[in-house]
Amino acid sequence: MNVELTVNGEAHSLDVEPRTSLADALRDELGLTGTTLGCEHGVCGSCTVLVGGTAVRSCLMLAVQAQGEEVRTVEGLADGDRPHPLQEAFAAEHALQCGFCTPGFLMLLAGALAADPELGGDERRLDALLASNLCRCTGYAGIRRAAQRVARSDRSADSKDMRAPHIQA
Amino acid sequence: MKPAQFDYLAPDSLDEAVAVLAERGPESRVLAGGQSLLIELRYRTSRPALLVDLNRVPGLSEIVLSDNSVHLGALVRHAQLERAPFDDPLADLFRQVAPYVGHPPIRARGTFAGSLAWAHPAAEWCALAMATGAEIELRGPAGRRAVPADAWFRGAFATACGPDELVTGVRLPRPPAGSRVAFAEHRRTHASFALAAAMVVLRLTGGRVGWVRIGLVNAADVPLRAVEAERVLTGELPSPELLAEAAARAAAEADPADEPHAPAAYRRHALGVLVRRCLARAVGDGTHDPAGDS
Ligand SMILES: Cc1cc2nc3c(=O)[nH]c(=O)nc-3n(C[C@H](O)[C@H](O)[C@H](O)COP(=O)(O)OP(=O)(O)OC[C@H]3O[C@@H](n4cnc5c(N)ncnc54)[C@H](O)[C@@H]3O)c2cc1C
Ligand code: FES
Ligand code: FES
Repeated sequence: MNVELTVNGEAHSLDVEPRTSLADALRDELGLTGTTLGCEHGVCGSCTVLVGGTAVRSCLMLAVQAQGEEVRTVEGLADGDRPHPLQEAFAAEHALQCGFCTPGFLMLLAGALAADPELGGDERRLDALLASNLCRCTGYAGIRRAAQRVARSDRSADSKDMRAPHIQA
Repeated sequence: MKPAQFDYLAPDSLDEAVAVLAERGPESRVLAGGQSLLIELRYRTSRPALLVDLNRVPGLSEIVLSDNSVHLGALVRHAQLERAPFDDPLADLFRQVAPYVGHPPIRARGTFAGSLAWAHPAAEWCALAMATGAEIELRGPAGRRAVPADAWFRGAFATACGPDELVTGVRLPRPPAGSRVAFAEHRRTHASFALAAAMVVLRLTGGRVGWVRIGLVNAADVPLRAVEAERVLTGELPSPELLAEAAARAAAEADPADEPHAPAAYRRHALGVLVRRCLARAVGDGTHDPAGDS
């Protein structure tokens, strides 16, 4: 079955079986293996990508359902050689160890912070959001600090720079 | 595992979806949010020949408010109810309950109607539908019909929906103005399904309980409304003793099964505690205290 979608700003036309998940299409058809698959049951969140600006589980969406949609994966976060502020913050705050969960957390946060920049300053809501995804290495504290760091720099003078233009809500 | 092969159709009108199901209903499954169905397909516990995706049908994502009821289209997502855009006891209840349904990415796609069609015994929305007296609206080859919640749930994962029918929406009666709502859930981890949960919609009239509805989550193989506990309360002054008696009655109405992490007696006890907390909150100042929810 044919599906036309935009991934990280680039239009693609794919021929997939209806049973192919969006995650498998991204990885196997487009070679975008930054999106990792852990549980394939919606639980771990490592496969989280943005569809139309909203974070969803790409293991619980069929590729054919992405017809006409704008998909963004971790490969589309950086601006050329310049890492996305969230990526810089993750490095600075030691928010990753093995890195398996990292693309999912980055996309979860990219979607949520673009929709609601205040979120980073609200610890309870931030924790509720971060509970969406599993990390078996870091203990989450670094991930929370990274999100707060981006939120802080967002509010500071050079916020224009940090509000990445390539995250479209 | 990967799902077995299936055909896929995404009709762009309800008429077309109804026509497809009239022809191929028994070998098909309706796809809404996919947050339960796609997992079942991966386990291969179900191997439909065709998925009928409702997501391209226009007009199903609306929340329509009328004087006496709220109508949720079949594609109203959990996330829409988390930010229910109106001022009403029912909206309060939606906003309190929604954060307990999965996580934000699940809530972005999963639907209220899909939850009712799935009929998981631990689904919060199913108990909300029972407690509020919702009606599930269906379309099929024989036309339209509406099934009240208490005739909808037939068992765990079993409903009155025919194989050639689809849910077009759910109508929920609005509780009397001035009702207060409370919800409390006990779960093993932040990410778990409810081990047990309770919700209360209650209106005080002249200091007495004028009207009350109590819903129980994961208290039996179907969602329950604790009618006997409601009877204990109605017309009475809400003293702590009365609330405790009603909570004990609700626990007795429950029929929980043993689960690996929770023997039936434990879950029955937890249900009583949760009902008492909800009642206390609903007769108190009505505010929700999420910190005290477990
Ligand atoms: C990690 C995770 C955690 C979760 N936690 C919770 C939780 O705590 N509480 C909870 O209640 N749920 C939870 N869920 C389930 C979630 O709420 C689902 O969204 C919901 O159960 C089903 O809704 P859906 O729209 O995704 O339906 P789908 O998965 O699309 O469909 C589910 C079933 O209903 C049928 N169906 C759906 N819509 C219709 C219709 N309009 N007409 C006829 N049949 C229809 C389908 O054919 C299928 O049999 C969780 C899911 C995941 C993945
Ligand atoms: S792989 Fe999708 S949530 Fe785990
Ligand atoms: S860094 Fe290893 S799982 Fe999160």
